[in-house]
Amino acid sequence: MSFRIVVLAKQVPDTRNVGKDAMKADGTVNRGALPAIFNPEDLHALEQALRIKENRKDVEIILLTMGPPRAADIIREALYRGADKGYLITDRKFAGSDTLATSYVLSLAVKKLEPYHLVIAGRQAIDGDTAQVGPQVGEKLKLPQVTYCEEILDVNKKNITIKRRLERGVETVTSPLPTLITVHSSAASCRPRNAKLLMQYKHARTVSELQEETKDYTEMLSNKPYLRIEEWGVTDLDAKVEQLGISGSPTKVKKIENVVFAAKESVVLSSDDNDIDQLMKDLIESHVIG
Amino acid sequence: MNNIFVYCEIEDGQVADVSLELLTKARKLANEINCKLEAAVVGHKLNGIEKQLFPFGVDMLHIADDQRLAPYTTLPHCEVIVKLFESIKPDVAIFGATSVGRDLAPRVASSLKCGLTADCTSLVFGDHKETKTGKEYKNLLYQIRPAFGGNIIATIINPETRPQMATVREGVMKKEIFNENHKGTVKKIKVDEILHDELFPIKIIERHIEKQKVNIKSSQVIISGGYGVGSKENFDMLFELAEVLGGEVGGSRAAVDAGFVDHARQVGQTGVTVRPKLYIACGISGAVQHTAGMSESAKIIAINNDPKAPINQIADYSIVGNIEDIIPKMIKFYKKNTK
Repeated sequence: MSFRIVVLAKQVPDTRNVGKDAMKADGTVNRGALPAIFNPEDLHALEQALRIKENRKDVEIILLTMGPPRAADIIREALYRGADKGYLITDRKFAGSDTLATSYVLSLAVKKLEPYHLVIAGRQAIDGDTAQVGPQVGEKLKLPQVTYCEEILDVNKKNITIKRRLERGVETVTSPLPTLITVHSSAASCRPRNAKLLMQYKHARTVSELQEETKDYTEMLSNKPYLRIEEWGVTDLDAKVEQLGISGSPTKVKKIENVVFAAKESVVLSSDDNDIDQLMKDLIESHVIG
Repeated sequence: MNNIFVYCEIEDGQVADVSLELLTKARKLANEINCKLEAAVVGHKLNGIEKQLFPFGVDMLHIADDQRLAPYTTLPHCEVIVKLFESIKPDVAIFGATSVGRDLAPRVASSLKCGLTADCTSLVFGDHKETKTGKEYKNLLYQIRPAFGGNIIATIINPETRPQMATVREGVMKKEIFNENHKGTVKKIKVDEILHDELFPIKIIERHIEKQKVNIKSSQVIISGGYGVGSKENFDMLFELAEVLGGEVGGSRAAVDAGFVDHARQVGQTGVTVRPKLYIACGISGAVQHTAGMSESAKIIAINNDPKAPINQIADYSIVGNIEDIIPKMIKFYKKNTK
């Protein structure tokens, strides 16, 4: 039996780099204009899995992502870096899921991959910053959980030892397997793509993507079945529809306000000596400094 | 009952600041809708802990005191809180958005199938009418938080599930004593009826709790740098200015992600919230996720070579130019004018 690691990852809009072209004329962000990326902390999670694989021969890394069809991009991204397989969890009925509904779906998908030894996810995604999905998947699977993982120190068939990064220090804990881990941004960054793997997997496609392709993949897929990325929807997961999407989400968005960078009167200064001199005098006189 | 509840964290026998901040807010909310404020402390050696909590307006304090409950691990704390919620059925439950609260609250919410909103920056009561069903709700908790990297502000509600759960970061709410002489009641949780061996799979081998070396929160002057500072080396100038002015150096998320400055110094929604007397933002464009953590600073100076950077709009002074020119001049003229 192989040592199976399930990595949970999310494709997110890159909210960290909102350039000018992503700004609308009214000062709000045009969310559609942001590029879709592999959630940064999920990449840290993948790296922890890849490190285990380096040290053991029997490791199998399976990436799970839930999202729209284009989220297949991050499955390929994971394959290029050393993951063995990926599943895209996608269905229109999943749309509008909050963290509780999302963790329900993910937990069903993880269950399909039994027997697994580890579930690893990033601590949080940069679009929502909730850090809730990891622990909630853990609760639904009745797994122990170790959040804020900075480094996996040791792992054997039965136990894992983990260093956690907390606000005011570090903590080393052991957990029996299987367990769920969420990885903190202070963990090691993910290795880059591997050129060989890139060549091997660049034609990996989901079923929906194959339908869109003009090129005929039939022969390639029969020779290289690993290029087929499976998709799981509501029926594959045997999910209860009332626990999905908006109806399965106890939190509702009442209102969204686009942040407008409102104007406030301010003194504009140049970098001239006179301006800076006067500024420092003002600050000292008003006791802001000094 | 349907009261407001706060989970209180303990560090070395002291109630954590974030918990006292939440109690202050929760007390005000409780007064608004005329309900009681309940709280729980879960840990060990908690004798007399109520003396720290009653002045913040706690009416009913639930104490779970057992050697096995400290230091914190997820499952036993979760079990204690879930069982408590099943019995007291709070209307609202608030946790600190700390490594403990963010580990615990989602697990509790999942177990009770309730809604949870992370990192709220504001909590207010309001009404709601469901457009489809026409059903009306009174005094729902509006959980307001930046989302999407701080580019939108979302108001989240949980119409149907209880408790309405939220986490709030340290420093977001103000800590104020409600009444020195306020007295509540203490209720001991029967821990032995709740805890069992299966709740302790995680073993803590070692922990060194170090007081945070950098504590920019307590600094009256903060020199903060963004991605626009350009390099770790350029941050040295910020440290120099901070030293001269007796302040600390902070950074935006972009600067932290780029490795220019360490995470403990991050200001903003996912870092710390600061309210210094003077905040100097260098090469920071001013995304709301950042300004959420510093906009209440008494004086803001923005240094940016882009006159249209959003940060300028909340700044008292905006200096247009390169930080490489301006910061050395600030150091020079500060020294000149104080001698």
